[in-house]
Amino acid sequence: MIDTILKLDGLSKSFGAVRAAKDVRLDLRPGEIHALIGPNGAGKSTLIQLTAGGLQPDAGVVRFAGRDVTQLSMVGRARAGLGRTFQISALPMEHTVLQNAVLGSLGQSGRVMRFFNSVMTDRALKERAMAALERVELADHAKTRTADLSHGQRRQLEVGVALTLEPKAFLMDEPMAGLGAEGSKRLTGFLDTLRHEAPILLVEHDMDAVFSLADRISVLVYGEVIATGTADEIRSDPRVREAYLGENAA
Amino acid sequence: MIREWQVNAAIMALLLAVPLWALVADEPFTITLTTRAVILALAAVGLNIALGLGGLVSLGHAAFFGIGGYAMGILAHHAQTYTPVMEWPFLIEGTKSMPLIWVTAIVTSALAALLIGLLSLRTTGVYFIMITLAFGQMFFYFAISWPAYGGEDGLSIYLRNDFPRLNTLRPMPFFVICYVILALALLVSWRIAKSSFGLALAAARQNEVRVRTVGIDPYRLRLFAFVISGAITGLAGALFADLNRFVSPTMFSWQMSGEFIVFIILGGVGRLFGPVVGACLFVILEHWLGGVSDYWLIFLGAILLLVVLFARGGLIGGLAGREVAHD
Repeated sequence: MIDTILKLDGLSKSFGAVRAAKDVRLDLRPGEIHALIGPNGAGKSTLIQLTAGGLQPDAGVVRFAGRDVTQLSMVGRARAGLGRTFQISALPMEHTVLQNAVLGSLGQSGRVMRFFNSVMTDRALKERAMAALERVELADHAKTRTADLSHGQRRQLEVGVALTLEPKAFLMDEPMAGLGAEGSKRLTGFLDTLRHEAPILLVEHDMDAVFSLADRISVLVYGEVIATGTADEIRSDPRVREAYLGENAA
Repeated sequence: MIREWQVNAAIMALLLAVPLWALVADEPFTITLTTRAVILALAAVGLNIALGLGGLVSLGHAAFFGIGGYAMGILAHHAQTYTPVMEWPFLIEGTKSMPLIWVTAIVTSALAALLIGLLSLRTTGVYFIMITLAFGQMFFYFAISWPAYGGEDGLSIYLRNDFPRLNTLRPMPFFVICYVILALALLVSWRIAKSSFGLALAAARQNEVRVRTVGIDPYRLRLFAFVISGAITGLAGALFADLNRFVSPTMFSWQMSGEFIVFIILGGVGRLFGPVVGACLFVILEHWLGGVSDYWLIFLGAILLLVVLFARGGLIGGLAGREVAHD
């Protein structure tokens, strides 16, 4: 309890008759990767929105970094230290890679309301941005327009911008999506070390990545967490096999 | 390809050369025409901060233009009739001093932008356009139905207002005043675009969720942008009224707001000098084609269509190519 950074406590959310989240309990501890898996329509997107502050739950509490953030907006939770990446890259496409990273540094610095400074020559902001870009291997593309990046590079930039925030926890929505085998493998390696800086709540379809990375896995089916456990426990859980993994899981 | 700053410098030089030539050639009307272009450009430079940088398509910027105009009209009207603007709760006298009028125009239009922005920025897209239009029309009908300041007929000011040590009645000194203010507004606009605020505002235009995700509130950014934008357009309104020595509800009309948007689209949305080029082209067409046919706006429409279809980035984009990213 003391050790959890993020805790979803009894979250419920309905859209009309559809119960997208039913009494979801889930926590994220320091140094771990907690993967959330589930078939399409299981309510993963809803749960991400509830965690990030894009949706308000009908019931339940979100605790983050030692406080109740249920009432906080997306902006408030980002400031509290939640670093989010998107399944479909959400990046200002006209901006350069560096501008995107500087925007992250700027958000982290909290000093946005400066009207006459020269943001792209601010040393502190730029250093933080470049450091993050180097870690996601985009330093050489700093001056490239984001629209001109390949799909894989945009995925890297998604992670890079999250790094500039120096978050207390990451919330990653399918970071491997569309990366291909090689890219997927490299990002897996990177996330493996990243977990020691800040724990990761990872929503991912790539089962190889999930089972090789995750310390714990939670399985979401019809808005309910039907099982939480280590990779081995999840593999052998009969309910999970029935609901989700099917015959190929062994 | 010509660099954008070279195009900009050429435009600034040309804007100064034309009235200088007119001064030598004794063509005072050309100076007045250029002054008109400069003032309309200033109004659109204001709008461009909201529209170009912030992506806020305001169809109500005539409200600020009109407020600036009436700030001038009301203050000068009371000065020329030797009556106070108000006596209670405190005495406010009229004035013929341009700097005082400008400050009043800036402050009142900024306040109006704050109020309009607080309400309208809760919406986006078409709803935002409609709400700003509605606010603009509110001011329009208010001005029409306010008999104290001329109602539908507007207010005439007999003499142009005063600026220390300049004879503002002559076209050239007044042009210089307007030109310098435009240059300052462009400088402010340029600095803002390069600032922390400008980066975040431009990012919010392109991807609002991203800005929220890095912990920045887009509503606050847009509200500030809208206020700065409204203040600059308001200042342009005061100068426009001084140019014509006349204020009328037409300054509040939605056609006025539409024209500002047209300037920006013609010149290039979000480009520093887009509104300047657009306003100049508009005034030139209005003058020349207006002499040829009463239906000159048809030609303007055709040009606008061509620009939208074939020159992404407007005329500036056509001359200087795609916007280079900030270094």
